Amino acid sequence: MSKPILQLIDISKDYYGNQVLKKVNLTVQPGEVHAIVGENGAGKSTLMNIIFGMPVIHNTGGFSGQIIFDGEPVNIDSPKVAMEKGIGMVHQEFMLLPGFTITENLKLNREITKHNLISKFLGDKMKSLDMESMRKDARKALDTLGVDIDEMLPVEGLPVGHKQFVEIAREIDKTNMKLLVFDEPTAVLTEIEADLFLKAVKKLSNEGIAILFITHRLNEVMQVADNITVIRDGEVVGRLSREEATVEDMARLMVGRKIDRVEKSKKVNNGSQENILEIRNLKVDMPGEVVKNVNLDVKKGEILGIGGLAGHGKIGIANGIMGLYPASGQVVFKGSKIKLNNPNDALSRGMAFVSEDRRGVGLLLDESIEKNIAITAIQVQGKFLTKILGINFVLNTKIREHANKTIKELDIRCTGPEQPVRRLSGGNQQKVCIARAITLEPDLLFVSEPTRGIDVGAKKIVLDLLLKLNQEMGMTIVITSSELAELRSICDRIAIIYDGKLEGILPPDADDTDFGLMMAGGYSDMAKEVS
Amino acid sequence: MSQKIKKFLDKFGYTRIIIILFLIMLFIAAFALELQTDSLISGILNRAGMNMILTLAMVPSIQSGTGLNFGLSVGILCGVLGAVLSIAMNLTGWQAFLIANGLGIVFAIIAGYIYGLLLNRVKTQEMLIGTYAGFSVVSGMCMFWILAPFKSPKMIWPYGGRGLRVTVSLEDTFDKILNNFLLREYNGIEVPWGLYAYIILLCLAVWLFSRSKTGIAMQTAGSNPRFAESCGINVDGMRIIGTILSTVLGAMGILVYAQSYGFLQLYNAPLYMAFPAVAAILIGGASVHKASIAHVIIGTFLFQALLVVALPVTNAVLPEGNLSEVVRIIISNGIIVYALTRIGGGE
Amino acid sequence: MMGKQSSWNIKKTVSTNIVPVVFTVLCLVGAIIAEASPFFLLSSVITRLARNLLLVFSLIIPVVTGLGLNFGIVLGAMAAQIALIAVVHWNITGLGGFTVAALLSVPISILFGWLTGKVLNKAKGNEMITSMMLGFFANGLYQLLFLFILGGVIPMKNDTIMLPSGIGIKNTVSLKGLKYALDNVIMISHDSLAIPVFTFIITALLALAIRFLLQTKLGQELRCVGQDMNIAATSGIDVDKMRIIAVILSTVLAAWGQLIHLQNIGILQTYGSHEQVGLFAVASILIGGASVTKATIGQAVLGTFLFHLLFIISPMAGQKLVGEPQVGEYFRAFVAYGVIGVSLGLHAWQKQQARKNKLEDI
Repeated sequence: MSKPILQLIDISKDYYGNQVLKKVNLTVQPGEVHAIVGENGAGKSTLMNIIFGMPVIHNTGGFSGQIIFDGEPVNIDSPKVAMEKGIGMVHQEFMLLPGFTITENLKLNREITKHNLISKFLGDKMKSLDMESMRKDARKALDTLGVDIDEMLPVEGLPVGHKQFVEIAREIDKTNMKLLVFDEPTAVLTEIEADLFLKAVKKLSNEGIAILFITHRLNEVMQVADNITVIRDGEVVGRLSREEATVEDMARLMVGRKIDRVEKSKKVNNGSQENILEIRNLKVDMPGEVVKNVNLDVKKGEILGIGGLAGHGKIGIANGIMGLYPASGQVVFKGSKIKLNNPNDALSRGMAFVSEDRRGVGLLLDESIEKNIAITAIQVQGKFLTKILGINFVLNTKIREHANKTIKELDIRCTGPEQPVRRLSGGNQQKVCIARAITLEPDLLFVSEPTRGIDVGAKKIVLDLLLKLNQEMGMTIVITSSELAELRSICDRIAIIYDGKLEGILPPDADDTDFGLMMAGGYSDMAKEVS
Repeated sequence: MSQKIKKFLDKFGYTRIIIILFLIMLFIAAFALELQTDSLISGILNRAGMNMILTLAMVPSIQSGTGLNFGLSVGILCGVLGAVLSIAMNLTGWQAFLIANGLGIVFAIIAGYIYGLLLNRVKTQEMLIGTYAGFSVVSGMCMFWILAPFKSPKMIWPYGGRGLRVTVSLEDTFDKILNNFLLREYNGIEVPWGLYAYIILLCLAVWLFSRSKTGIAMQTAGSNPRFAESCGINVDGMRIIGTILSTVLGAMGILVYAQSYGFLQLYNAPLYMAFPAVAAILIGGASVHKASIAHVIIGTFLFQALLVVALPVTNAVLPEGNLSEVVRIIISNGIIVYALTRIGGGE
Repeated sequence: MMGKQSSWNIKKTVSTNIVPVVFTVLCLVGAIIAEASPFFLLSSVITRLARNLLLVFSLIIPVVTGLGLNFGIVLGAMAAQIALIAVVHWNITGLGGFTVAALLSVPISILFGWLTGKVLNKAKGNEMITSMMLGFFANGLYQLLFLFILGGVIPMKNDTIMLPSGIGIKNTVSLKGLKYALDNVIMISHDSLAIPVFTFIITALLALAIRFLLQTKLGQELRCVGQDMNIAATSGIDVDKMRIIAVILSTVLAAWGQLIHLQNIGILQTYGSHEQVGLFAVASILIGGASVTKATIGQAVLGTFLFHLLFIISPMAGQKLVGEPQVGEYFRAFVAYGVIGVSLGLHAWQKQQARKNKLEDI
């Protein structure tokens, strides 16, 4: 075997004490297609950012370990260095200018120029663009990929798949490209486009370019990857070659089991068969979390978990039902249809929502705790108001009373009800969000990413609080979370969303393989194969 | 220690400190030049009262999230139109003032609603569009002033010439009606209590509104539209309410201004009238996102005091030219530019 | 089939160029009402085109760079007027005087443009209103300079252009020695029709220079910044620097534009000549069909033509229609403000629409 193009030795990285990579080792040979698979938050993206020298790494204290590229230890401290060494990266979101042609995009800030009369006096910036040569290069790069699109078309209006190819062509057009990193390259592609793409990948690897491929589409991994590394919680948990790998193995490795189930004194009501909420054909246009067609029932008194990988639409469901993003379909709550795209209707019928975007949507950061807690109830239910001369005025005494009570009940650590929520810790901010929702005394509570961005101790407190609300107040709760372990610790059932649709529903103690397969979208395929 | 001072300065706002220092300097100069302090103070009280409501009109628009109301001239024109009609009806005194206000408010509600609809279509560019909407309405009304078939001799040109006069005297209608109401003199300092009672009344109304259910909804819509939506608040509706209130206050504000000035200014006069109001509230410490009644009062007093004191001081130092006018242009526009460069800041 | 195809094309052409079409109709109707002689209109418009084209051209580069319409060209006009005052003071006349003024205005407008660019970089997303307010603010400083500093702080003695007190510049300064300095180099006159050919040649050369510039490496970087600052930055382009360069170029061109304008008029309104420069130029280019994100030389020419045609016609039409030329004057102010308001409004609205409602795509 030839000498490896890339070697990562004992790479570790923490963000402010939060360990995201632990002594990761990885070796890639020239011409090898190497897949890295893992759940969201497993550390894949951080690893790629380190290889590509992204500023986010170096602004947060760098990393430890060593990178050996092309036989030499290297210090990649900016994307520019990475590019010069011959590392290219195709980003998840497109870095293309819609108003430029494919050729112009391909050659962005790497234009081929030629001297003219004026540039001789005023310098290189005044050089003319050599469109003919640029065009030839673009054609060559596109041909290498085997794509037949006109290189002079504007990017605007191109199908998503073609945009992806333009991005790849841009990378391979760079001279001395030795290693190409793909971050979820097929996530936005149709099946046919994905096939074309995978063919192109093979073609590139045949030309000796090594490819690092981050994905969670396990079937694709099986199609193109020579070797597979599975990462979970920042650690390498498995190295497989294609021959020895199976989709089931990868799925099991990816998910693993991390947290023990919180002991739940089993309630009587979670056996209820009555549906409190019925979702039919729900579509939600939430950027980055598009819901394509979801059918799902929520049983009265249960805690339902909604899981899935980022970008597959699990977050969109609650946001759509609560009217925060444009939605269509039919949602029946307690036997009657709710008006979609109307937050007021959803709220006044007895649903409440704790948003995943705590600082953006969940809180008025510069306002007091008490105002944050009371405001929805004031607006939706007319609580804490008094009428003087036909005008509704707010009764501060009542708000204060309620806020004090809630602060005590939920144990919100603060200097008092007048403290602005901006100064609270993440966990306490989350409690304020929950306090605002339960002030509405809802029958159904949606909670999105309840533990995102809060520290470990506070996580447990928040989850316990949700459990308490469910068991003591009989509140039906729907938790959306990227952390499967957390869902498995308190939910009665877990629905997995894949590609904007419901992939399946599992009990919390189901097998790791099943969870892994569902999240990777392989479950229905497997089921097809079996039947 | 120096850290503490810096923190305090940051909180208080450098611009406000600069303005206050400048003002103190002017006062010292005024004393040194032995200018009549009683007339200066009377002047400040008068000018501040005259402009206060126009500045107050910025509060609902900032609170509802449409930013500084650069299109305040829309409201101002409603008030002017109300006054013109009340003169045309040959009304005088309180009757004229009240009818002018009544009509002005009705026009302002209609105009504010339309203006609000417009601003909802151009979110994030409200201030720019508002400026040009205001400008074009002013020049559109110029055509109206020429063509309108008013006959009242108080308003048309005495010797031929078509249309209304550029400035219409209010001598027979409601000149100084608030200013002279309960006007008291203390050691040569004139305090227009009636004017201030009216101002306090309007400020109180705005404050009370901010404590009402709708007022809270409006502020929420302004400070975080996504949050407001998630609370079931109709954000666009609240923005329209804010715009209507601002326009109504603009109409009422120009009538306060006109009665104090003694003249009604037509044609191009309202073109730039939004700018001093914008500058005043910014000097008071407001930002594009946050404003309170305290900002209105502090800002109007500081800004007007500056103008009132600067005039005699600069005239004493430099009798030629109008240095105080130039200072006004620099300060008021400078502070607006400064505020605009700070929008992206914060979080 | 063919007929259908072409009629559809006409419809499309009209709807994409709705603004210039509407204004063409407006001008035609106005001309008919005013019963103006086409010859008179043509000769007046030619004079005004020569006077104003370069000022309108100066808006193009910032639009391409994504700064929107640069109301800050007022600062360029001020730079030109500072240079003019100096040239008049030194009593340099003719083409030589004009050339000195043009050269002198360059460093001043580079400085102004650099400052403007710095400020606009701090106001990303609000460049247009900031550039407008900056124009007002600079006007205050300009007055401070010309009313109090010249003769007051900086010693200057000149009875013809200074106020009797010896401090400050007079309200109007005659540019007798510079009048037609550029126009007269090559001037074709016939009857009352006068075509300042040389001025047109210079303007055309500068238009070509803008065009050339946008096709260079620098131009490519400017266009890239204009489309997406983020992508430009990730591709290694210094976004802030490019934006400053765009504003500087715009300011310099505006200064030259104002010089051309004033040498044709022959009188400098010291405190007024520059004030409406931004407004009229912006209204012109918008009437030509440009938008906040797209502007071409062709649109600038067409827009300037239509705007000034309307400028000439509306008082005449006002006179005929209601016996009051004032009405026409207010009407054109209304049009200038209105067209800016409407096109900026439409642009903001379209942007908002694009963000919304993509549900059908799913």
